[in-house]
Amino acid sequence: MKYVDEFRDGELARGMARRLAKIVRPDRDYRFMEFCGGHTHAISRYGLEDLLPTNVRMIHGPGCPVCVLPIGRIDAAIELARKPEIILCTYADLMRVPASGGDSLLKAKAAGADIRMVYSTLDALRIAETEPQRQVVFFAIGFETTTPPTALAIRLAARKQLSNFSVFCNHVLTPAAMRAILTSKDDRVELDGFVGPSHVSAVIGVTPYRFVATEFEKPLVVTGFEPLDVMQAIVMLTTQVNEGRCEIENQYGRAVSPQGNLKAQAEIADIFDLRESFEWRGLGEVPASALRLRETYAQFDAERRFAVETPVARDNPACECGAILRGAKRPHDCKLFGTVCTPETPIGSCMVSSEGACAAQWTYRRFDEPTREERMAS
Amino acid sequence: MCLAIPVRVIELLPEQMAKVSLDGVSKTISTALVDNVAVGDYVILHVGFALSKVDAEEAERTLAMIRNIAEDAP
Repeated sequence: MKYVDEFRDGELARGMARRLAKIVRPDRDYRFMEFCGGHTHAISRYGLEDLLPTNVRMIHGPGCPVCVLPIGRIDAAIELARKPEIILCTYADLMRVPASGGDSLLKAKAAGADIRMVYSTLDALRIAETEPQRQVVFFAIGFETTTPPTALAIRLAARKQLSNFSVFCNHVLTPAAMRAILTSKDDRVELDGFVGPSHVSAVIGVTPYRFVATEFEKPLVVTGFEPLDVMQAIVMLTTQVNEGRCEIENQYGRAVSPQGNLKAQAEIADIFDLRESFEWRGLGEVPASALRLRETYAQFDAERRFAVETPVARDNPACECGAILRGAKRPHDCKLFGTVCTPETPIGSCMVSSEGACAAQWTYRRFDEPTREERMAS
Repeated sequence: MCLAIPVRVIELLPEQMAKVSLDGVSKTISTALVDNVAVGDYVILHVGFALSKVDAEEAERTLAMIRNIAEDAP
């Protein structure tokens, strides 16, 4: 595939690793957080950690919308789906996420709830048009990448005056989560820089991250998802650290412009406004970190239409997903990892989503022995 | 979840839709978020929508930089 295969050349990756080994300073560590689950997955899948010098460490971040969605929101979605008049449409990623009491959307579907997996918000809209006697609720989750498609569906529903389409909105914001990581009170991780998600930047551009450099003095490189993209970003971050620079750089110029996609930004701004606060798994309540529908579009807001209550729900107390999402712990630090919690029988969300840190570790590196340093730490 | 892939536009359809080729598989997607999409363009596809166009020159520049790093050229 063009624009994919060229960026997966193993020989070039090894060459880049040799260059990296030359430029790292032996007297210090380099701790870079890859914010996005897509990067976590790529790093594991292509074995990039094995190519890096031992003092360059990648720390997994909270950038997996499935992983950070609190259990109460899944419980609320299941509650909606059990209403006989409702068809709940969802992206497939959410089907197996454990809810309270061992429940999940998949189990609710098996028990008779009308839950349908869709590829696109337009599929959900089409279902609403073809089944006017039912209420279609789209379970919207995701960072800034999935938000414009949700916005467009709401605009189209308004234009077509569909009275049976609404959205259960859980869209969250990347920069706000990054700020939460940088200001976290408990077990804050020491970081030397960020690998930033490029598909988010395809929408929001590069400038919203400026605070990472100016306020927190960390470099950030907006990075593509192929292995050579990630390797280049690590070289760029290492160079910045060595030169004492903190800049926001763009490695993914082929699809990210500095200002991002203005049309998509306008769609988001027209349909959504900020929630004062939203709960994240692993980060707790994060101010101004999520979106809800504007008053103008209130009739398309499932939370208002069906008076949705978000129950307070507890994660499995033994599950370390929270600390893993903050980058404070690694999958191997969790007692459940690989014992009762595997992709077939996930206990925590980081094992459900293929982009979760635990799933990536289990799929590609579960036989790795923890290093001496990790054994000492635990 | 945030997986997005470069795909080639093979046909423009009404209502800002387009047919794309994804390694030989064809799929109908929305181009409502991107202006001036033409047949032959590569776009980044995410949950059924094009998010941005792929700039061929920029891709070449990035590859050249990657080769420079790998070959340890200054």
